[in-house]
Amino acid sequence: MSTALQEPQTETVNYLNAEYGWKSWLFTTDHKRIAVLYLISISVMFALGGVFAGLIRTELLTPEGDLFNSDTYNKVFTMHGVVMIFFFLIPSIPATFGNFLVPMMIGAKDLAFPRINLLSWYIYIAGALFALAAIVMGGVDTGWTFYTPFSTTYSNTFVITAAVGVFIAGFSSILTGLNFIVTVHKMRAPGMTWGRLPLFVWANYATALIQVLGTPVVAITLALVGLERAFHIGIFDPAIGGDPILFQHMFWFYSHPAVYIMILPGMGVISELVTCFSRKGVFGYSFIAGSSLGIAIIGFLVWGHHMFVTGMSMYAGLYFSLLTMFVAVPSAIKVFNWTATMFRGSISYETPMLYAFGFIGLFTIGGLTGLFLGTLGMDVHLTDTYFVVAHFHYVMVGGMVLAYMGALHFWWPKITGRLYPDGWGKFSALLVFVGFNLTFFPQFILGYMGQPRRYHAYAPEFQVLNVMSTAGASVLGVGFLIPLIYLLWSLRYGKPAGNNPWGAKGLEWTTQSPPTTFNFDETPIVTEEAYAYAKHEETHVG
Amino acid sequence: MADHAVTTDHPPQLRHHFDDMHQQFDSATFGMWVFLLTEIMFFGGMFGAYTVYRSMYPDAFAATSNFMNPAFGAANTAVLIVSSLTMALAVRAAHLGQQKVLQIMLVLTMIFGTAFLVIKGFEYHEHWEQMKVPLIAGHWSWDGPLAPPQYAHQAQILFCFYFFMTGFHAIHMVVGLGIMTTILLMARKGSFGPTYYTPVEVSGLYWHFVDIVWIFLFPLLYLIGHTKNLI
Repeated sequence: MSTALQEPQTETVNYLNAEYGWKSWLFTTDHKRIAVLYLISISVMFALGGVFAGLIRTELLTPEGDLFNSDTYNKVFTMHGVVMIFFFLIPSIPATFGNFLVPMMIGAKDLAFPRINLLSWYIYIAGALFALAAIVMGGVDTGWTFYTPFSTTYSNTFVITAAVGVFIAGFSSILTGLNFIVTVHKMRAPGMTWGRLPLFVWANYATALIQVLGTPVVAITLALVGLERAFHIGIFDPAIGGDPILFQHMFWFYSHPAVYIMILPGMGVISELVTCFSRKGVFGYSFIAGSSLGIAIIGFLVWGHHMFVTGMSMYAGLYFSLLTMFVAVPSAIKVFNWTATMFRGSISYETPMLYAFGFIGLFTIGGLTGLFLGTLGMDVHLTDTYFVVAHFHYVMVGGMVLAYMGALHFWWPKITGRLYPDGWGKFSALLVFVGFNLTFFPQFILGYMGQPRRYHAYAPEFQVLNVMSTAGASVLGVGFLIPLIYLLWSLRYGKPAGNNPWGAKGLEWTTQSPPTTFNFDETPIVTEEAYAYAKHEETHVG
Repeated sequence: MADHAVTTDHPPQLRHHFDDMHQQFDSATFGMWVFLLTEIMFFGGMFGAYTVYRSMYPDAFAATSNFMNPAFGAANTAVLIVSSLTMALAVRAAHLGQQKVLQIMLVLTMIFGTAFLVIKGFEYHEHWEQMKVPLIAGHWSWDGPLAPPQYAHQAQILFCFYFFMTGFHAIHMVVGLGIMTTILLMARKGSFGPTYYTPVEVSGLYWHFVDIVWIFLFPLLYLIGHTKNLI
């Protein structure tokens, strides 16, 4: 057994080469291997969702609906939403980097329930197969929100197949969350107190709470949709006494907190990146940790802001609008604290840090435009326009996907033991940033001017901005393709990474790269705070 | 569900990634509590939707209660409460290492669980005979002195919730019986004793939870607004 401090060697035993053969992967209970399985699966789904996005932008290049008829277009944007949200964004960081890192960061050998962890991956695959089956058979056209009574009565597409896929995939999310909660409570190494947990762990813990508490509600909602669609009892059909608004309440009770499932782990990643590349302890540790929990809790109380114009009571609207403002507070705390962490830090500009910068800027725009939409009067004007589309893409792509890319570039050396070419990394980070803004910033203007979402044709005066958006999407696509190439290249030709290429703090960097199957040869004993970078620099700030 | 340990490391049931049996037991029970939290939200969604419709159509829902048979419901409540007692005794027996008592209590729990499903089956059959199954074409009718015609649609919604909620509960009972079978087989091999009874404890938590769901279902579906010869 080698100690963790030895120089990198190429032929050490690690979790990747401990066993060979497909069985050693498909029956593994090692959290790191399961993370890799998830990484591959969600990358496939991301690519698929990206193809649908490309089709949408191609159709919108011209004002006429020429590439698709409206029915096909409805299916394309629905499948883009279903695939991206349920099969990429929700599992993205927790199931890959969370799976890989949470046990390592707290000094554990594995998650509390390794076999349940593997089960969650199989459940995810089963759900994804149903979703793919729905696509292959002919698609779904309800929008990813499955709004009733269209989804239950009028749509002639494969609603039940897709809903079953989402229903099943939900349980993989629940099991991941359950595993994280128990692991963080029960598996921490000696000295790893709650106050010393890396902020990435805090963020995943808060996410896990939402996964465990919210996901079952959407499961039951989709079950009711399936029942109603199959038997037409009238649960959501207003013609025979049902209440379609109730569906929206139940759907958004999960699906609003679900956007925090998507963004919170990303925020956890940014906390890690900002401290590492500023060489500085994090500013306001307890506020960042607490704001994750705050977002998780308040996030459960704001779902009605998706429904201001649906006929919900005006007083309920006032309440939801007010609480939506409150949820901005913990989000702002995070942004301010990251900025304060960088203040007088020795910042370096490696690829992951570029993504972190991108995240902070774009998430701020995405978050602030969320307040526009949370304001009752403003929302009436902006509902179902491209402003909404731009807003949530700024949070989901500008926020979460950039954090995901940052995490991928930050921990890739740990996961694979290889370095990627940093120059290409920076170049593609730049492409992603430029391409993203070119794609989605024009959509704010389009939405403000009144272009509605979910139509395949639009008024000719909107064409210039739409062409810009499509051009940006092409740049964005290239920005995602380049990392695919050089990361795969690095698997074979990349330089060995060494244990800690970034000089980062955190238990995961004390192990060899790639780690051994049980992570640590001896259970580590933690004696210092998280992010104990050069402390002397902080003492004379201000 | 908890991760039941069957490995070959130092203490035979201790899995490699735990430090000691105590940590493993704590993790398993805590994991089951978190899972039950999920289950509460799962049933909570149904109860929430039920409550919304109940408050929208109180009279219609009260009228449908007359087609529920509280005798079946009460019998099932009694059966489940007794099964919870035998389950609790099974956990105690496992903890004390009383192998024979453990097996008897597990078998009794399974008998009561099966009895619940059988009674439920008779009850569903009665609904079928009375044409109160809105899901199946030709098995729904709403007439007679207890069925005011203006409530026809709303009554369908209530019966739908009735089958949905009791159906999901019954599925949980079936899963519970499956778990009990596994536990019984393990118990027959003498797997449990004072140092290791985690699977019994954790399955017990699940079993009690499923019972408690029924304790809420019974008054909501059978008793509220019931006007006809209440026991």
